[in-house]
Amino acid sequence: MSDRRGKVLRKRYAAERRFRRTGAAAVISALVALVVLLGSVLWQGMPAFLEHRVRLEVTLDETVIDPDGTRDPMLMEEANYTGLLRDALVAQFPEASGRREKRALGAILSPGAAYDLRDRVLDDPSLIGRTIAFEALLSDDADLLVRGLGGRDQPETERALSDAQIGWLDALAERGRVVSAFAARLLTSGDSREPELAGVWSAVVGSFWTLLTTLALSFPLGVAAAIYLEELAPKNRWTHWLEININNLAAVPSIVFGLLGLAIFLGFFGLPRSAPLAGGMVLALMTLPTVIIAGRAAIRSVPPSIREAALGVGASQLQSVFHHVLPLAMPGVMTGTILGMARALGETAPLLMIGMVAFIVDAPSGPLEPATVLPVQVYLWAESPERAFVPRTSAAIIVLLAFLVLMNLSAVLLRNRFERRW
Amino acid sequence: MTSAKISARGLSVYYGEKQALFDVDLDIPEHRVTALIGPSGCGKSTFIRCINRMNDVIESCRVEGKIAIDGEDLYAPYVDVVALRARVGMVFQKPNPFPKSVYENVAYGPRIHGLAESRAALDEIVIRSLERAGLWGEVKDRLHDPGTSLSGGQQQRLCIARAIAVSPEVILMDEPCSALDPIATARIEELIAELRESFTIAIVTHSMQQAARVSQSTAFFHLGRVIEFGETAQIFTDPRDTKTRDYITGRFG
Repeated sequence: MSDRRGKVLRKRYAAERRFRRTGAAAVISALVALVVLLGSVLWQGMPAFLEHRVRLEVTLDETVIDPDGTRDPMLMEEANYTGLLRDALVAQFPEASGRREKRALGAILSPGAAYDLRDRVLDDPSLIGRTIAFEALLSDDADLLVRGLGGRDQPETERALSDAQIGWLDALAERGRVVSAFAARLLTSGDSREPELAGVWSAVVGSFWTLLTTLALSFPLGVAAAIYLEELAPKNRWTHWLEININNLAAVPSIVFGLLGLAIFLGFFGLPRSAPLAGGMVLALMTLPTVIIAGRAAIRSVPPSIREAALGVGASQLQSVFHHVLPLAMPGVMTGTILGMARALGETAPLLMIGMVAFIVDAPSGPLEPATVLPVQVYLWAESPERAFVPRTSAAIIVLLAFLVLMNLSAVLLRNRFERRW
Repeated sequence: MTSAKISARGLSVYYGEKQALFDVDLDIPEHRVTALIGPSGCGKSTFIRCINRMNDVIESCRVEGKIAIDGEDLYAPYVDVVALRARVGMVFQKPNPFPKSVYENVAYGPRIHGLAESRAALDEIVIRSLERAGLWGEVKDRLHDPGTSLSGGQQQRLCIARAIAVSPEVILMDEPCSALDPIATARIEELIAELRESFTIAIVTHSMQQAARVSQSTAFFHLGRVIEFGETAQIFTDPRDTKTRDYITGRFG
């Protein structure tokens, strides 16, 4: 008898151990997947935060920049800064002669270098006429070569850079004139055709306007719907049906919302294409079910004794909700909203449908201007043929992930901060 | 017996298909404590929840017959439930203070009913209510601590203070001591005896001793009907109905 019992007991312990091991294995494999994912994104994306420049002595010739001596910024903007930079490069390589060779030499610099120089001069016109030390940004191909990724071994015809250009870059590197620096423009500038000049700022601002619209619509609507369904609506077949459909809505593929937005918001109401307003409205539709479901769960978790207490002293139904139930449910409501917003932040497909896939250089200054958002920017860069967009894509993903982590973290903090016990 | 404050005539209550009260006739006398006793599910709570219409919250609940305070029908169409609940305070089974400060707990009722003209008047109401609930001495230095930080007995007295802050005429108590220890229970019972002077009190209780100690009238409910109603002393010493006798002597229930 006791032998049998011991056997049963051993089997039970073994089953428990097996289950524990399976669980641990599942958690570990999930962790490994996460580490691999984040690791590869970071590994690929980090180089984009570094850019390479050539240190040059540039002579700011007054006859080129401001021949009339008016110091009129409008005129000075138009000057040929590319030429000045090319002259500075030619000074490094006096042997380069002829228009074609000089042009090829100038092509190792990014067009952005001339803009940087222009901005420097416009900031401080007293520099005109002097020779200054200037760090000129390399073009994307030159940058790749400096990083050792330029494909030196390929035949010249299949390379972006000619043998001569490679020679010049090697010489500059030998003379210690190639320096690397933090690529602030990745965060501060908008999109560009030139990978080395492209940044996520316009997409960040576009995401901001889009999410602001989403929040402004989905939060009040979602909370109101949650209160109505949970506290005021009669519990009958109609509201039951409504509840099922809200749950269904949460599972609708996001592209369907995009098509809906295209047909209704753009087609019928004539909202501007590519605008954060339309994008935000589409994402609000998508986020609403999440907010409603989270809101209802939070409201339901407030103990009924609180409602009884409020009603018992003569509060009306609405007073009991707004004075007591809602404040207690708020942390849960906000957590749900933030998680819904985080999902909206990462959403691409519906926004493609309403044209937020535009090439946006300047950050939109309002919700009606054409804009794009971070995940769409990732998509756009991932599609670009230039090799230098590869690390930039990963860098944009890093920025996106940083925002997502920030939002999820704030949801957790909110929950811990305001969680009440009774 | 003094005059009836609350009178029910032919009161029947249904939860959906299920009938919880059958044709109840009951007069709750003014300025006395009336204990409602009976086994679980006999309709005591349903009955007192008719007096402040807390049953309204339950969708399937239907009330037939008449129940009146001072002759005014509570279920007449012109009756405002919110105003009614200001006249009829309620203390629940489990202490349920709002998760706000002690002060706010008591001040909430007067505030939503506009009973205090000024901040000072509101302070006055809060202090007086806490005094009458016998809690002032214990909480006067911690008025701004959360009400939920008090002990169970203190929380229940806070709930009583909250109920009397809106100066009701009737206080309903639904097993107010069932979650409390004997010492806290004794304090509440003393308090009920004091409050009887100013309020009409109906208390649901499962404790025979408590009913005998605090009440002057007792109604015995069984399966949704009032089996016996009379002076507490008479019910406990000389019950007329055998069911009442069996229940109070502990033979069933």
